[in-house]
Amino acid sequence: MKVPWHTSISIDWSDWMYSDKLIEEFRNPKNMGKMENPDGVGKVGNPTCGDVMYLYIKVNDDRIVDIKFETFGCAAAIGTSSIITEMAKGLTLDEASKITKQDVADEVDGLPPIKMHCSVLAADALKLAIEDYRKKKGKKSDMKS
Amino acid sequence: MNVYMDHASTTPVDPRVVEKMMPYFMEKYGNPSSSLYEIGREARKAVEESRVKVASAINAAPGEIIFTSGGTEGDNLAIKGTALLDKDKKHIIISSIEHFSVLSTCDWLKKQGFEVTKVPVDRYGVVDLSELENAIRKDTALISVMHANNEIGTIEPIEEIGRIASDNGIIFHTNACQTAGRVPIDVRKMDIDLMTLSSHKIYGPKGAGAIFVRKGTRLEPLFHGGGHERKLRSGTENVPGIVGFGEALDLACREMRKEGERLTRLRDRLIRGILKIERSWLNGHPEKRLPNNAHFCFKFIEGESMILELDFNGISGGTGSACSSPTLEPSHVLSAIGLPKEDVHGSLRLTLGKQNTKEEVDYVIEVLPKIIERLRNISPFKEDFGEYESALAHEHKH
Repeated sequence: MKVPWHTSISIDWSDWMYSDKLIEEFRNPKNMGKMENPDGVGKVGNPTCGDVMYLYIKVNDDRIVDIKFETFGCAAAIGTSSIITEMAKGLTLDEASKITKQDVADEVDGLPPIKMHCSVLAADALKLAIEDYRKKKGKKSDMKS
Repeated sequence: MNVYMDHASTTPVDPRVVEKMMPYFMEKYGNPSSSLYEIGREARKAVEESRVKVASAINAAPGEIIFTSGGTEGDNLAIKGTALLDKDKKHIIISSIEHFSVLSTCDWLKKQGFEVTKVPVDRYGVVDLSELENAIRKDTALISVMHANNEIGTIEPIEEIGRIASDNGIIFHTNACQTAGRVPIDVRKMDIDLMTLSSHKIYGPKGAGAIFVRKGTRLEPLFHGGGHERKLRSGTENVPGIVGFGEALDLACREMRKEGERLTRLRDRLIRGILKIERSWLNGHPEKRLPNNAHFCFKFIEGESMILELDFNGISGGTGSACSSPTLEPSHVLSAIGLPKEDVHGSLRLTLGKQNTKEEVDYVIEVLPKIIERLRNISPFKEDFGEYESALAHEHKH
C-alpha cells in the first residue's frame, strides 16, 4: 500500500489553534446574555486587556439554578465563559467554587498555552459571583436579625 | 465563498511569474558564479536581467540592486550595515510605526550602545516632519522611515524626508515592501539612499527581495563568504527566486496604473459599505493611503473573535488585537496614532489584491455586519464600556 509522504508528519496544532470543542462553544455559546435580577454577579477583566467577563447566577437552596454570561474578548474567553456556565449549572455553591482553571481548560479539550489566562478569567468570575451572592445573603440575614 | 483579503501579509504567485521561474529549477540550474561554462552563464544572465528589471522599476542603476532573501533581511542589512560602519555615529532616527524588522533591529542596536529616536506620527499615521528635523544630531547615522505603513496603509512624505536627510548629510533608508509595484517610486526624485524591497507582497515567490544601495553609499555586510552581490551579501544567489521577483516587480509596475485604479474603486466601495456599521471608523489617512488597504475599528469588538468568525465565512483578514498576537501586545501602530487599547482590540485590516472582485467586496459588506452584531450581542458592552468608562476616560487623560 502506498502511504502519502505527509502522513509521517504530525503537527501539534494545539500550540496555535483552538480545539474543535472550544470552537463549537464559541460558535454556539450556551447561557449567553444578561440576567435580570441575578442573585450574584462576578465581573473580571478589563477592556484595555481585551477580555471582560460578566457572570450572573441565580441560587436556590444553595444550588446554582440558573447561570448566564456576557463576554467581550477572544474566542477562548467566549468559549470558556460558555463552558463554565454549563459546568456550574445545577451544582451546589461549594461544588461550583471548587471548579479550577484547569477544569475549565480540560473541559474544552485544552487551550493553546498563550490562552490559558482565559480559563483563569472564567474560574475567577464564577468564584466572584458566588462570593457576591454570599455577601448579599449575609447582609439580608443581618437585616432580618 | 472564499475571499482572500490579506494581501499586505502575502500574495499568491502570479502564474506568469511561476512560468518564468520554472526553467531555473531543473534545466538552467547552474551557479551564477560558475560563468566559465554555459549552464552557469545562463544563470548569471537570468540574475542580471532580473537586476535590470528591478532597477528600472525604481529608477536606479542595475549596480545599485543587491538581492536578498526578503524584507526582513533587507531592513537588517540596511540598518545594521549603516550603523556598524561609522564608529562615531551612534544615533538612529526611525518612526514610531515601523515594521518589526526595523523596530527589532533598532532594539538590538540599542543593546550595542546605539541611541534610537522614534519620531511620532499624527492621528492618520503621517510622520511629524518638524519632530523628525528636531531629532537630528551630529552623530545621527541614519533616518529610516517606511514608505507606506503595512497596517493602516498611510503613505509617508518620503520625498520631504529624503530632502531633510540629504540636507543634513544623513543616510536615508525606507522600507518599501508595501509600496514597490503598488505606487510609483523614483529613488532619485525621493532622495533615497537605501530601500528595502520584497517579492512575495507583489505576486512573486517568498524568500526573495532586494535592497537598493545608492552608488557611493557604503554598507557593512551581514553575511561574509564568497563575496557575492558586490561583497554585500555573500551566498549563492537564489536564482529562481530572483528571476521570479524581477518578473513580478516588472509586471506589477506595468499594470500598476490600471490595477491601482481598480483597487482604489474596490477599496472605496468596501470602506463605504463597512462604515455603515454603527460605531465603526476608518484608520489611516483618508487619501494618502495604499490603493489596496482598508483598516477599520469596531467599538466593543475583540479582533481575534472577529477574524475567526470571518474565517468561518471563508474570509481571510488581519487584526492588531493583542489577543491575536504571539506576544499579547496590541499593535504599536494603532497605539502610535492615539487609539486607546480597548479600541485597538477591535481593529480589522482588509487588504485587496488582483483576484478580488466587486462581488467579493459585496460579500464582505454583507457578512461583516452580522458578525459584529453577534459579537456585540455576546459582549456586556453595547453602548459604552459601562462601569469601566470613567476609569478608561481617566487613563486616556494620562
